[in-house]
Amino acid sequence: MTPHMLTRSLDRGATIFLAIVAACGILIPLSNLLLPAGSFLQVPTYLVALWGKYVCYAILALAIDLIWGYCGILSLGHGAFFALGGYAMGMYLMRQIGTRGVYGNPILPDFMVFLNWQKLPWYWYGFDMFWFAALMVLVVPGLLAFCFGWLAFRSRVTGVYLSIITQAMTYALLLAFFRNDFGFGGNNGLTDFKDILGFNVQAEGTRAALFALSCLALIIGFLICRAIVSSKLGKVLIAVRDAESRTRFLGYRVESYKLFVFTVSACMAGVAGALYVPQVGIINPSEFAPGNSIEAVIWVAVGGRGTLVGAALGAVVVNYAKTFFTSGVLAPYWLFMLGALFILVTLLLPKGIVGTFNAWWASTREKSTAAAIASAAAENGVEPKMAE
Amino acid sequence: MNVMDTRATSAMLYLDGVHVSFDGFHAINNLSLTLEPGEMRAIIGPNGAGKTTMMDIITGKTKPDEGTVLFDGVTDLTRLDETRIAELGIGRKFQKPTVFESQTVQDNLLLALNVDHSVRGTLFWRGSKAESERIDKVLETIRLTDARNRLAGSLSHGQKQWLEIGMLLAQDPKLLLVDEPVAGMTDVETHLTAELLKEINKTHTVMVVEHDMTFVRELGVKVTCLHEGTVLAEGTIDQVSANERVIEVYLGR
Repeated sequence: MTPHMLTRSLDRGATIFLAIVAACGILIPLSNLLLPAGSFLQVPTYLVALWGKYVCYAILALAIDLIWGYCGILSLGHGAFFALGGYAMGMYLMRQIGTRGVYGNPILPDFMVFLNWQKLPWYWYGFDMFWFAALMVLVVPGLLAFCFGWLAFRSRVTGVYLSIITQAMTYALLLAFFRNDFGFGGNNGLTDFKDILGFNVQAEGTRAALFALSCLALIIGFLICRAIVSSKLGKVLIAVRDAESRTRFLGYRVESYKLFVFTVSACMAGVAGALYVPQVGIINPSEFAPGNSIEAVIWVAVGGRGTLVGAALGAVVVNYAKTFFTSGVLAPYWLFMLGALFILVTLLLPKGIVGTFNAWWASTREKSTAAAIASAAAENGVEPKMAE
Repeated sequence: MNVMDTRATSAMLYLDGVHVSFDGFHAINNLSLTLEPGEMRAIIGPNGAGKTTMMDIITGKTKPDEGTVLFDGVTDLTRLDETRIAELGIGRKFQKPTVFESQTVQDNLLLALNVDHSVRGTLFWRGSKAESERIDKVLETIRLTDARNRLAGSLSHGQKQWLEIGMLLAQDPKLLLVDEPVAGMTDVETHLTAELLKEINKTHTVMVVEHDMTFVRELGVKVTCLHEGTVLAEGTIDQVSANERVIEVYLGR
């Protein structure tokens, strides 16, 4: 990223957002580790893990907002990229278990021993090395998105048809990962993790570090998205969203633009999944469930599509509400409430929380400017001229 | 060997024996039309005569079933897609004004400029003085300098039509296809648009589709009347409007 792209990316809203995320990323882990347990300001470890999960969801929401809010691509299968990133990380964590598994096999994860497999399948090679797994976290979702997008965008599949095939994609992966012979632990998925880079995943220090890293990833992801949308490419994306064929007639290769953001977005979703897995301690095929992807789209709608900050905020707010409501007597009604929330936001706040706030802020400022002009004019004894 | 020899025709745009049918409906029927470089041509004709379909064919939106479509004497347009054709230098203004409503007037023109349109080029784009000067010039031509920071969606209908013509100017194509530029405009705006198109025609080849006969008369150029996907009459506005068949199917008695 060149300096001019960075300065262009940082408006006031973006700077405030980054400052808040950075403050959380530093203060929450410090308070958890340094303050005595039970102290008023100490953040308990379970909350660090919970908030870490929210931050990962925020990264996923950001990825969805980049393609949906700015380019009009409504992907209802982004959970698949999230889960693939998660599986890549899960595979690394499985290989780190080594002889500490139930069967004590130094190479094969427990579920393979259980299935009587004699040797490691080829696609598990290399996942004992962190750098390789980290690379796969980006490459696997990115490659799938590239191939999928290349076929879909070149054939000019758009709108609801695209949304439906993304649902089909995540559902197909769900079915595949459920199979034991697919080699990813079947319906149990991957779990019982021990170490990450030699640190115990259960340890408080590791959890705090993972939380801080998730915040850092959110900051980097946000900066990448801002750099994209505040460049001329961002204007082209909005043009594609608003009038796709007009953009073609201006000489833009629309499918290349879509493919670019779709792939970037899938890589971001993969990173979110990879950070999510060590914090929740498990990855299984249910992460591919079509409902998950739809839920992620609702976060973005609630927060405000096309605002980036709103997407991240929506993810945190809706998931906080989910945690709150699903842990009480209202638990059976959560899905109804989520549905109601979606309907209410669509009807009452079509721009989402941040979008509505921005519109209100802009009109307030306009009014105050107009009032200032009018009063200045009155002082000078001149009729105020209407600004056209 | 002279380069000119490789050209099949000297025309800027050459259509010969073009046929298109949609589910058995012959939208374009053995259409042949030639536009010389630097020419401005007005296309008239009743609804369903195939005017917009012809523009769709030229800009690559619709593929003809049969026939030749040559641009600049060498390029077969029937094999290319919209993006490639736009890159070659054919710009189009739509019947319904299509501007990017949620972006400013200035950004609409910036998007239309015929500079690097690749993903990498736009991602690492930084404005240049030459670019902003070109935008300023277009803004002046289309009289929207004061509205440059307004959202295109907030413009009046006539202003949107002008902005779209401005986008064509920024695109600086060799051939401009202008579909109903004065629809919904006041008389003054119509007159100004005719002046603007005449100005543009000094440096560009232009094809205008329009129903407004006063406007067509004001342009004072060769007129082609289409009917049922084929050329019914061609000539000056007086010749065409005196033609019996044209009166019968289009102008009315």
